[in-house]
Amino acid sequence: MTSVSLSRAKLAGLALGILFALCMTHFTFDAAFAQAPAAAAEPTVNKGDTAWMLSATVFVLLMTIPGLALFYGGLVRSKNTLSVLMWVFYSVCVVTILWAFIGYSLAFTGGSTSLVGGFSKAFLSGVTPDSKAATFSVGVNIQELLYVCFQMTFAAITPALIVGAMVERMKFSAMALFLPLWLLLVYCPIAHMVWYWAGPDAIDAAAKALAAATDAAAKTAAQAKLDEVNADAGLIFSWGAIDFAGGTVVHINAGIAGLVGALLLGKRIGFGKDLMAPHSLTFNMIGASLLWVGWFGFNAGSNLEASGGAVLAMANSFVATAGAALAWMFVEWMAKGKPSMLGIVTGAVAGLVAVTPASGYAGPMGSIVLGLIAGVVCYVACSGLKNALGYDDSLDVFGVHCVGGIVGAILTGILVNPALGGTGIMNYETGKIAEYVFSTQVLAQIKAVLLTLVWSGVGTLVILKVIDVIIGLRPTPEAEREGLDLTEHGERAYTM
Amino acid sequence: MKIVMAVIKPFKLDEVRDALTGVGVHGLTVTEVKGYGRQKGHTEIYRGTEYAVNFLPKVKIEVAVDGGQVDKVVEAITAAAKTGQIGDGKIFVIPLDHAVRIRTGESDSAAL
Repeated sequence: MTSVSLSRAKLAGLALGILFALCMTHFTFDAAFAQAPAAAAEPTVNKGDTAWMLSATVFVLLMTIPGLALFYGGLVRSKNTLSVLMWVFYSVCVVTILWAFIGYSLAFTGGSTSLVGGFSKAFLSGVTPDSKAATFSVGVNIQELLYVCFQMTFAAITPALIVGAMVERMKFSAMALFLPLWLLLVYCPIAHMVWYWAGPDAIDAAAKALAAATDAAAKTAAQAKLDEVNADAGLIFSWGAIDFAGGTVVHINAGIAGLVGALLLGKRIGFGKDLMAPHSLTFNMIGASLLWVGWFGFNAGSNLEASGGAVLAMANSFVATAGAALAWMFVEWMAKGKPSMLGIVTGAVAGLVAVTPASGYAGPMGSIVLGLIAGVVCYVACSGLKNALGYDDSLDVFGVHCVGGIVGAILTGILVNPALGGTGIMNYETGKIAEYVFSTQVLAQIKAVLLTLVWSGVGTLVILKVIDVIIGLRPTPEAEREGLDLTEHGERAYTM
Repeated sequence: MKIVMAVIKPFKLDEVRDALTGVGVHGLTVTEVKGYGRQKGHTEIYRGTEYAVNFLPKVKIEVAVDGGQVDKVVEAITAAAKTGQIGDGKIFVIPLDHAVRIRTGESDSAAL
């Protein structure tokens, strides 16, 4: 009995040994294989990543409808509820169509300039369930059509964020023109500048080719190829600015557009005199909560893979949000004597905004600090700054999204530092985390913020001026007093 | 016959109704109203923006009673609606000329 077992053990050992030897040959072969760039392995698409990105995409849609729609809809007077819900829903629909037509191509193809993409993928030309888009890992791709849908939801929510600054006093026809024009002239270029790049596989292959080049001529050619791959990126990306899930692209972009819109449109009739209290803070709270839930698709989905990076983004989106909500609540409690429900949920949204660019780069403790700072700064912007300057940014698009976005963008440049618990920034040429330099990174972040402010501010001004000249922006004073639900849409939100 | 009209704090409605049932009142009309008196309004704050709300929610009750019952009814309402705080409300007594019960055609005291 014993001898039989022994011989079996010997046999098993022998088999294992052969297997091990085979593996070793295989690995050696693989290593040699990897060094030959011409034969680099084709990136693969993973079913787990696909499942996660399908889910994340739908989560971001949930953020917009009904999340954002209810968050905003609850804050206006009941006579304008439907107009706000309508603007948000319309934004989703019109952006979806335009994104498939030319939006995706303008944002995510290489163009002749680093400011905007080209038309090579207009009407989703060449994009199929089998074509692939890069992630943040070498050798890992996702379906490009899935990437189109995921980015589509970002494009849909961003114009919808702006409407909060212009509620209760804009004609639907003017809004119907503004949202698509803003998508094409402002959103797509900014998304291209911040997020378009050649991807890790292209950089990795070019760097390996350079390393493998033996003679001077080959080295020069390989270096030129690597430079070309690195140059195939948006302007802000090439400055080295980082924005994980859209602090600049979505929030600063929409926030400054909101301020310009509010200033150009002017105040609502009766502003500062009439009672303009929110008609349903219950809807507002439901909306804010759906935003928080959906934001996990937004931030953790921006990792593009179901991996540790997505987990980090999820954890950060929990803790920064809670921190900002509590910060707002306590500051308001101290300043105004009462902790308000609207305050705690607005603080939560400010935290989500601020952690958006940092979610994949900061550590959880850094994110809590980020949230606390964002909660306090946005509270001051919404209650102090707005009242001092007297503009009617009705639902605080500037105070929450632009100010929160700027806080997040700059702090991202600090909290990415591995010494502060951040992830550092991957250098795909070396395959290692790049050395962190405070001044370089923060300066790149500030430049990204400034360019976004200028591009979006000027773009929004031009679009609104043109619409104003052609069809006018505001309804008649009578219609505005009556409420946009009845005068613009012929229906009312509540019939009791 | 008199109409006793009282404007009271909304949360006092049930106590007032019980008190009126106790003194033999078998029907009353209730309306949700807004108004102000010495209490003035209050302040609401939304994201730091303060609004002065001048009209406060109140409940108005109207009871039609025989002349001899008026004092009892006014007393009952006063006792039940009182908190001692500003904003408890007011009671008005108004003459009533004529009353008809629609179902039977009875009139005046018989209709109450």
